[in-house]
Amino acid sequence: MLKFLFTVIRRDVLLAGRRRGDWLTAQFFFVMVVSMFPLGIGPEPGMLRTIGPGVVWVAALLASLLSLDRLFADDYRDGTLEQMLLSPSPIALLTLGKAIAHWIINGIPLLLIAPLLGIQFNLPAEALWMLVLSLAIGTPILSLLGSIGAALTLGLRGGGALVTLLIMPLYVPALIFGAGAVEGVLSGTGSEAHLSLLGAFLMMSLLLAPWVSAMALRVSVE
Amino acid sequence: MLSANGLACERGERLLFRNLGFELGRGEALLVVGGNGRGKTSLLRILCGLSAPVAGVVRWRGDPLSKAHEQYGREMAYLGHANGIKDDLTPMENLRIAAALNGRELDIGTATAALERVGLSRCMDFPARVLSFGQRRRVALAGLMTAGALLWILDEPLTGLDVEGVAMVERMIRDHVVAGGLAIMTTHQPLALDGLTPQTLSVGE
Repeated sequence: MLKFLFTVIRRDVLLAGRRRGDWLTAQFFFVMVVSMFPLGIGPEPGMLRTIGPGVVWVAALLASLLSLDRLFADDYRDGTLEQMLLSPSPIALLTLGKAIAHWIINGIPLLLIAPLLGIQFNLPAEALWMLVLSLAIGTPILSLLGSIGAALTLGLRGGGALVTLLIMPLYVPALIFGAGAVEGVLSGTGSEAHLSLLGAFLMMSLLLAPWVSAMALRVSVE
Repeated sequence: MLSANGLACERGERLLFRNLGFELGRGEALLVVGGNGRGKTSLLRILCGLSAPVAGVVRWRGDPLSKAHEQYGREMAYLGHANGIKDDLTPMENLRIAAALNGRELDIGTATAALERVGLSRCMDFPARVLSFGQRRRVALAGLMTAGALLWILDEPLTGLDVEGVAMVERMIRDHVVAGGLAIMTTHQPLALDGLTPQTLSVGE
């Protein structure tokens, strides 16, 4: 069981390594979107500090959506998805593995870039740490919930845009508590409550998303 | 071993076939015949468990497929229209990852032997992207051989293969069935199984 999970993850990471162009697109998109805001709004430190956490978080949502529509689509096209569905292991493990791989490929790089981008917004050191921490808890949620959208829209024309519409509303709690945690540090009100709720939301997604996504996948492939 | 009862299939509110059934035991082959669009592929997808029939039930060793997912996954191998080959991986990596996903360890020696048997000894270290259509089909066939499955479900296994490739597939199927395996296939080309007469099942009349 666990071996299957690791094989799925290893396979997807290996494939991402072979197609670095696709993989880097989402990261550059993230950097670009975040960098546009200081340029557009102007160098007013107070203002930038206020919008900073929200901007980084929204850009992280968009960057994760950008890579989501390919989560199952490539495997669907070349028939490897069918083969994986027919393997003896439960399909929920497949969707869980795919979501974890998506997080390793797309989520972890965001964590590493985020503090650098936070400096553009004049965020102090404690807020930068909190930004990384909130993204570390929050980005797996994005991958897990996103896998549901990717499974639902598999094989549809214009699936990419549809994923965005379907999944964006589900991302709202992660966005509120994630950006809220950083703002809590900035305003001095503390961020434990936000982080706890974000953690609870992660646990819930971890428990439910693979099953829902597996059911959606079965329907889409039929 | 494999039995189907009263199968019916709908595609886009059109009834493709109904009340289809058969039984297949060890050492038997089944050839599914029917023109284009009659539902051959739909039938095979139902038989391998990818889609559910509108009516009827498929049983493997007496259990309905919905209850036998794990065992069926280990004992059945499906070759569909798509080859199930990753273009960015080499044939060798493709075989070994496919085996690992099925819960089997495939050592390099066995994989090499399978690739040599399908005539790909010179292309083992290239990404599948640079291989021709027929060569990729051969990688999928090598995967079938190394799967160690009891039941083969083959959808048009001969497409894209040259004369020698067709002979190879015929030999593969024959050896598999003679050794006690089960095979279900569709094809529009004549299939010479050398002393073996498959049952035939015609769909959608």
